[in-house]
Amino acid sequence: MSLSNVLRSPVGKKFVTGITGLGLVIFVLMHMIGNLSMFSGDDAYNEYAHFLASLGPLLYAVEAGLVLFFLFHAITGVRIWIGKRKARPQGYDMYRSAGSPSLQSSSSRSMAITGIILLVFTVFHLISFKFGPGGPGNGDPAYMTVIDGVEMRNLALLVREKFATTWYTLGYTAIMLLLVVHLRHGVWSALQSLGAMRPSITPAVYTIGGLLGLGIGLGFIAMPLALYLGWI
Amino acid sequence: MANSMNITLKVWRQAGPKAKGGFETYVVPEANPHMSFLELLDVLNEQLIKEGKEPVEFDHDCREGICGSCGVVIDGQAHGPQQRTACCQLHMRHYKDGDSIVIEPWRAEGFPIIKDLVVDRTSFDRIIAAGGYISANTGAAQDANSLPIAKADADLAMDFAACIGCGACVAACPNASASLFTAAKIAQLSLLPQGDPERKSRAIAMVDQMEQEGFGDCSNHTECEAVCPKGISVSAITKMRREYMKAVIG
Ligand code: FES
Repeated sequence: MSLSNVLRSPVGKKFVTGITGLGLVIFVLMHMIGNLSMFSGDDAYNEYAHFLASLGPLLYAVEAGLVLFFLFHAITGVRIWIGKRKARPQGYDMYRSAGSPSLQSSSSRSMAITGIILLVFTVFHLISFKFGPGGPGNGDPAYMTVIDGVEMRNLALLVREKFATTWYTLGYTAIMLLLVVHLRHGVWSALQSLGAMRPSITPAVYTIGGLLGLGIGLGFIAMPLALYLGWI
Repeated sequence: MANSMNITLKVWRQAGPKAKGGFETYVVPEANPHMSFLELLDVLNEQLIKEGKEPVEFDHDCREGICGSCGVVIDGQAHGPQQRTACCQLHMRHYKDGDSIVIEPWRAEGFPIIKDLVVDRTSFDRIIAAGGYISANTGAAQDANSLPIAKADADLAMDFAACIGCGACVAACPNASASLFTAAKIAQLSLLPQGDPERKSRAIAMVDQMEQEGFGDCSNHTECEAVCPKGISVSAITKMRREYMKAVIG
């Protein structure tokens, strides 16, 4: 059986969404922790961003991997969603969950829509920040700074400008809440898709996965909110 | 009758596979709490026959929850509101006088409607035929004792073997996936030495057939376990995934 056939099979699709999903969870967790450096001051944040940028080829490799993970995760997710529409052309007049042990929730039922919104957000987010003023191919001197004699991008300035706007901060917060919703089902589901679950640990893993998602979401919201409120 | 109940039924009627279906509303004034859900439909049908109307077609056989023939969606839940119960074992004592109940067939591309509440579940037969069998000659009854199997494995295999193939897992799954049905057989046979010769080909062939029958992919909603009259655990699906990946890797 060829690899592409395996990855297209019902089990393979889950394997792809599971592996890429877990990879993306690790990514958002690291990203969130990195953002918190803003609480130690603009210099700390800029130095962290500079450190990442100075990794050079290693950073490009990770970025290329992330793009692939995003694409595979999204494409497979959308294919599962299309398949589900085809598998039940006529829906029920009345449909209700039977309750526990079902883990069906608004979160599990909205994975495709929350996922698509998050993907679109990611594109705009990259345009705003990574490729924004002072970024690659956009070396605006107003967004450069010198810390300890090293010239680097003043990303903190850009972040402060963006989150000074009410609608931007609110929109960002709303999207991060959608990330929480996505991860509530996503973390547990990824492990189940990889065949790593046992009934005895499922409830605990589901709860821990949901809390991890909540922690990541709140962590992302903390810094912009603190900026907006003028706490930092 | 002393505690007779007046029940209103909104039932899906469809004259044939290609016909356009729709809901019809009927009142059954002489229901009672001792009836099973299927007996309620019997009473409705007697009423309809007396009125010169076509009775409602529904599948049933054993009426004791073991054959898997029955199965309708009752008020949005496969087999109705009581868990671990096929609808033939659901009793009207769970309802009150004056209740109205919506009854729909299993809805899935892999289960085309034949008539009214009866769907064609031969897709399940084809999934089993693809690999849900063993070729080992297991001898007669007493030979079972000559092949010891760890108690834990035997018990777990028995749990998965409890599937009656009713199709509620598909009906309740938001994706109309047949993963629990397919996985139960793969998981059961993977635990037993008798299942060993076809272990790899079985996992691949059954998963493949499941997809060809037009069932959706699993999204781990785990609704299937909640509606399964036998309470088969989604751990079968976990096992199926491991079996499949092992089979394609080596
Ligand atoms: S009629 Fe046999 S299980 Fe319901």
